[in-house]
Amino acid sequence: MSFVLVQVIVGGLLLGAVYALFSSGLTLVWGMMNIVNFAHGDFVMLGMYVAYVVYTLMGGGPILGAPLATLVLATVGVVVYFALIRGIMKGPMLAQILGTFGLALLLRYSVFWWFGANFLSMPPNIVGGTYAFAGLRIEASRLLAGVVALLVTLGLHLLLTRTSLGSKMLAVAEDQTAAQLMGIRPDTMQAIAWAIAAGATGLAGALIANFFYIVPTVGETLGIVAFVTVSLGGFGSVPGALVAGLLIGVIESLSGYLIGAIYKDIVVYVLFLLFLSFRPQGLMGKM
Amino acid sequence: MRRWIWLSVVAVFAIAYPLLLSSPFQQRLGALVLLYAIAASAWNIVGGYAGQVSVGHVVFFGCGAYAAMGSYAKFGLSPLFGIPGGIVIAVGLAAIIGVPTLRLSGHYFSMATIAVAETMRLIVTNTDWLGAAVGLSGPTVPRNIFDLSFLSSLPYYYLFLFVLVITLFITWWMTNSRMGFYLRAIKDSERAARSLGAPASRTKLYAYMLSAALTSVAGALYAMMFGFVDPESGLGILISVKILIMAALGGAGLLFGPLVGAAILVPLEEISNSWLGGKGAGLTFVVYGAIIVLIARFQPGGLLSLFTQRRKSKSDTESKSDTGAGHAP
Repeated sequence: MSFVLVQVIVGGLLLGAVYALFSSGLTLVWGMMNIVNFAHGDFVMLGMYVAYVVYTLMGGGPILGAPLATLVLATVGVVVYFALIRGIMKGPMLAQILGTFGLALLLRYSVFWWFGANFLSMPPNIVGGTYAFAGLRIEASRLLAGVVALLVTLGLHLLLTRTSLGSKMLAVAEDQTAAQLMGIRPDTMQAIAWAIAAGATGLAGALIANFFYIVPTVGETLGIVAFVTVSLGGFGSVPGALVAGLLIGVIESLSGYLIGAIYKDIVVYVLFLLFLSFRPQGLMGKM
Repeated sequence: MRRWIWLSVVAVFAIAYPLLLSSPFQQRLGALVLLYAIAASAWNIVGGYAGQVSVGHVVFFGCGAYAAMGSYAKFGLSPLFGIPGGIVIAVGLAAIIGVPTLRLSGHYFSMATIAVAETMRLIVTNTDWLGAAVGLSGPTVPRNIFDLSFLSSLPYYYLFLFVLVITLFITWWMTNSRMGFYLRAIKDSERAARSLGAPASRTKLYAYMLSAALTSVAGALYAMMFGFVDPESGLGILISVKILIMAALGGAGLLFGPLVGAAILVPLEEISNSWLGGKGAGLTFVVYGAIIVLIARFQPGGLLSLFTQRRKSKSDTESKSDTGAGHAP
């Protein structure tokens, strides 16, 4: 195997870790509340713009931008939960899809209106230069994004499986009434889930803002990526999202390298449609 | 009886509109309202009546638009000849998307439709034969009347009115046929409908294919009026959004819902565009997004369901309406 190919795969894994991070947010709210957030990709976009604003106004890099973006998006998540999701959760399917889809438009075009449609980008050396390991060249910004995203995704998994908060959230997902009888407030748990899910997108957005193009419509592509990841990994499964995210990252960069950059999205979309046709329960899920 | 009086008032107004309000801007506005009403009514068949929210309906719109322009640009034929071709491609595509995804729960279908629309847009943008990013143009100077290239919007207005009436008639006929009863049963409870022997997947698929065919006609008409199609205007996600929001605002699953939605939103967009210029494009979609959120949150049955609700509570029959509005708080 040539070095270039290894380089491409490593790049795909690092980006895939970020995909896994924001997709685990989607899988969390989907698994817990059975609601699909069509605005999820636009949350990531919002995180990117928060990092960008932090940089342009205060000159702060990811050390300031990432926590701030996480905090801002977590707040957005809680607001969205109480203002919109709680009202449409038990409504007809049409209302659920329209509600979050409308939210996606609202966010996307508010940013479009404010910042314009131009591609923005962070300065190339905002995190650091490029490292060389054994013939591989890795940009510091991508390395930071991949490693942090991987650690946070694993942390999220531990939070859900090993802490009392996680158990409470799973209890609400399992049976709201029973959880309520045990003294757990479903409303609070679901709001926390939205804070975590949106916070994860904020962090992911701030991490990829350092090397990705920043544009209002980026949320559409990222939203589809999140959806593909969750469908591959199975609903509500953070480990599933992690494996699927890494896999999609690698498939995307390999097809970008082998077939051509313009086809990498097409390959992922077609893969998604094939999966829906032949294995709708995902790679690891059961249905 | 009341219903027929209303219907004839609307019909008379629709026929007289371009003669009463005869400035080019007003005639163009009228034609655009009808055009979007056709597309939104077509969406309504699958999104409203079958309850499957397609978010990528633009792909069928694009089939029609590209087929119409392609038949001129590639074969030198009248764009009219593209319409049957566009319908065939759209129906085939609908079958390819629908067979795997309509079996699954609704969210999958919505996301799959977005993915298909984006895939098509990316493919067409990179296909030189289809004009790539530049698109295809229609006849600049009409060779004969069959090129359907007019300077005035008036002929388009009546053409669109004719097609809209056909679309609404097909929808009405469908709802009163066996298929309409199946769809209503499936929308209420798919499991119950299946257990009583309604072929749920097949019925939804037929609705989707019918909707695709009519949307493709709308796309062909759009391309003929504007004289060109490019990936943004023929396959951009925003066209899907417009179609969807018009139907939802007026009332998804109601015969005249899409027309009402188009009659509100098209003038809104045209006026905001002419006031705000290029900067207005972003703002229009901010407003659209806000409208969709508000409908979903407070009135998921759409505006027209306000009237049906009132009528129902007046006649004191059932408190629960079948349009989903019964779920509104």
